[in-house]
Amino acid sequence: MKLTNTLLLSAAVAAISVPAFATDVKIGVLNDRSGVYADLSGEGSVIAAQMAVDDFGAAAKGINVTIVSADHQNKPDIASNIARQWYDQDGVDMIADVPTSSAALAVAQVTKEKNKVFIDSGAGSTDLTGKSCSPNTIHWTYDTYSLGKGTATALINEGKKSWFFITADYAFGQALERDTSEIVKAEGGTVVGGVRHPFPGTDFSSYLLQAQGSGAQVIAMANAGGDTVNTIKQAAEFGITQSGQSLASLLMFVTDVHALGLQTAKGLMLTEAFYWDQNDGTRAWSKRFAAKHDGKMPTMVHAGVYAGVLDYLKGVEATKGKDPKAVIDWMKGNPTDDPLFGKGSIRKDGRVLHDMYLFQVKSPEESKGPWDYYKTVATIPADQAFKPMSKDCSLVQ
Amino acid sequence: MSSDPVRRPASSQDKAQPAMTHSTVSPVLANPQRHHTAIFLLLLALLAVAPFAIYPVFLMNVLCFALFAAALNLLLGYGGLLSFGHAAFFGSASYISAHAAKVWGLTPELAILLGTAAAAFLGLIIGALAIRRQGIYFAMVTLAFAQMVYFIALQAPFTGGEDGIQAVPRGHLLGFIDLSSDLTLYFTVLAITFAGLLLIHRIIHSPFGQVLKAIRDNEARAISVGYRVTRYKLAVFVMSASLAGLAGATKAIVFQLASLTDVHWTMSGEVVLMTLLGGMGTVFGPLAGAAVIVAMQNYFASFGAWVTVLQGLIFTVSVLVFREGIVGVLARWLKKPL
Repeated sequence: MKLTNTLLLSAAVAAISVPAFATDVKIGVLNDRSGVYADLSGEGSVIAAQMAVDDFGAAAKGINVTIVSADHQNKPDIASNIARQWYDQDGVDMIADVPTSSAALAVAQVTKEKNKVFIDSGAGSTDLTGKSCSPNTIHWTYDTYSLGKGTATALINEGKKSWFFITADYAFGQALERDTSEIVKAEGGTVVGGVRHPFPGTDFSSYLLQAQGSGAQVIAMANAGGDTVNTIKQAAEFGITQSGQSLASLLMFVTDVHALGLQTAKGLMLTEAFYWDQNDGTRAWSKRFAAKHDGKMPTMVHAGVYAGVLDYLKGVEATKGKDPKAVIDWMKGNPTDDPLFGKGSIRKDGRVLHDMYLFQVKSPEESKGPWDYYKTVATIPADQAFKPMSKDCSLVQ
Repeated sequence: MSSDPVRRPASSQDKAQPAMTHSTVSPVLANPQRHHTAIFLLLLALLAVAPFAIYPVFLMNVLCFALFAAALNLLLGYGGLLSFGHAAFFGSASYISAHAAKVWGLTPELAILLGTAAAAFLGLIIGALAIRRQGIYFAMVTLAFAQMVYFIALQAPFTGGEDGIQAVPRGHLLGFIDLSSDLTLYFTVLAITFAGLLLIHRIIHSPFGQVLKAIRDNEARAISVGYRVTRYKLAVFVMSASLAGLAGATKAIVFQLASLTDVHWTMSGEVVLMTLLGGMGTVFGPLAGAAVIVAMQNYFASFGAWVTVLQGLIFTVSVLVFREGIVGVLARWLKKPL
């Protein structure tokens, strides 16, 4: 007995004495694990967070990371309850991912109140770094403005200046339409009309006919998930793209294209922050990811979770602790650098600046293999991709 | 019908214990007061020490839903009216109270009162129209109105659509008691819920409650005895709506959030489930039902969509094996109304 104890003790001492400091960090991955966004976030985000911890070599550096996860069912009340409980009871230090704007805004609120860290990847609301900005929030991957910016600028430069919107009639759809119309007008285009459909919708034929009748060069879909997929399917049945009008999706993920199939989705223009087949770094990482995720390639949301967790751990290491203010100040004060988004920076309001890309979906003939879906049309440099800092945010003086 | 049939026919009876007087209406209710008092005291003692052992925010959630379920139970268990639209009152009160606290900067107790008043007003309108129909038609009418309220919550500019009203300040009770501490807020919520429960207990054991049960058991007979049944139905509908509103308004302050979940029809279904599982027509049943369902949602949250499946399963078992609900079965064993 005594010998075992001595051995254990010396082993424990040895284990502790190697790194310069030791701390426990608990990361909560909060997202949709059963609903419409489960494919683009869900378990994949947990895998991405775990990969970030492993790649960083957290254990060797004395940072003992535990990852917990939960399903917020895309509801703000459930999200805020879980976040509150995680912070109060379970000792969670940082929450990552959180798709669905309403849920993300709720988590940002609780995080601010409890003074913890929230690194959002899955949600798109510009309010997270605008009027609802918080010193505890970092918004990593994309937002409605950057999506609209990429798609609208590129299409208008091609000479497609008249736009028609098919918008999901809820706060997120309206915000997406509002942000994109502003960009369209600023770039010299015109909005010839729009129609709002109830959320969620199933039959889009009457909206598509109105869009077709409007004669607009671009039909922009300001909706998400299943609504977008249904609109695209029905648009294909009406032969909208064949008759010369362009279909632009303002929020779409590679998993949506995977679900639609290239035959239906071909030719679609969309903006994303990340695509697995961009360079050697993204390919190597994505292959490792796919090996752990039943062969499914990562979305930009997964990539954002990875990069966010990595940068947070760097901050913990650099500040030798997990004081939220110190870590976030460090993150904002130092450039971000990871294999997926390359070099970037974090603005005072919490917005992460990195390049965005305009992609076009390949036709079945162009695609060389599984998950070979996009060709890059344009790169929108980091300094132009995102909305300028707004006075609505209290952190911007 | 020209005389005043609302007048209590048994007005000459002993005023000290009015609940016992109508023994012909409800023979099981012989002197329920004493052990009810004991249970209420025990419950209060338990709930007073509970937050030191259990996460207070979770307990507050249970308390809000307990009051909500008890409000529905007043209508369903004692009035015999199945409303499938109670989320309308719960949700609209939570929106009004959130808006009042956040935008108008009212103190929490005024915000909660305003929310409750809004629910009462809504209950008066919806109730007046819905009680003209019976049974399934009544349920459908309430559901239809609740869907209208849902649509308003989704589209009205002040509700924030699917974002809801977020970052509602907890504020200072009566202007000087800081509610930002979970424990202080817990005891405030406990006081509100307990007041609500005691009020419901008082209502169902009052002469009014006895008439209500008479209407529930045999409406035609109650009419023939000379009661204006619709007045009683409307009164209990408004009471139930107000108490549901009280629960919703309190919840908005506790969670600092009013969202579409509160007005969605699934919320109406959930509260019916809580009432039935706990024991319809029992005083303490809704509490038990709310505690079980909320605990399940909370502790099984990691199973995601399986919680709903599990709820369905439990409901099926409850219907097949113990239809009286948890407290109903207990009451049968103890041979005492609970």
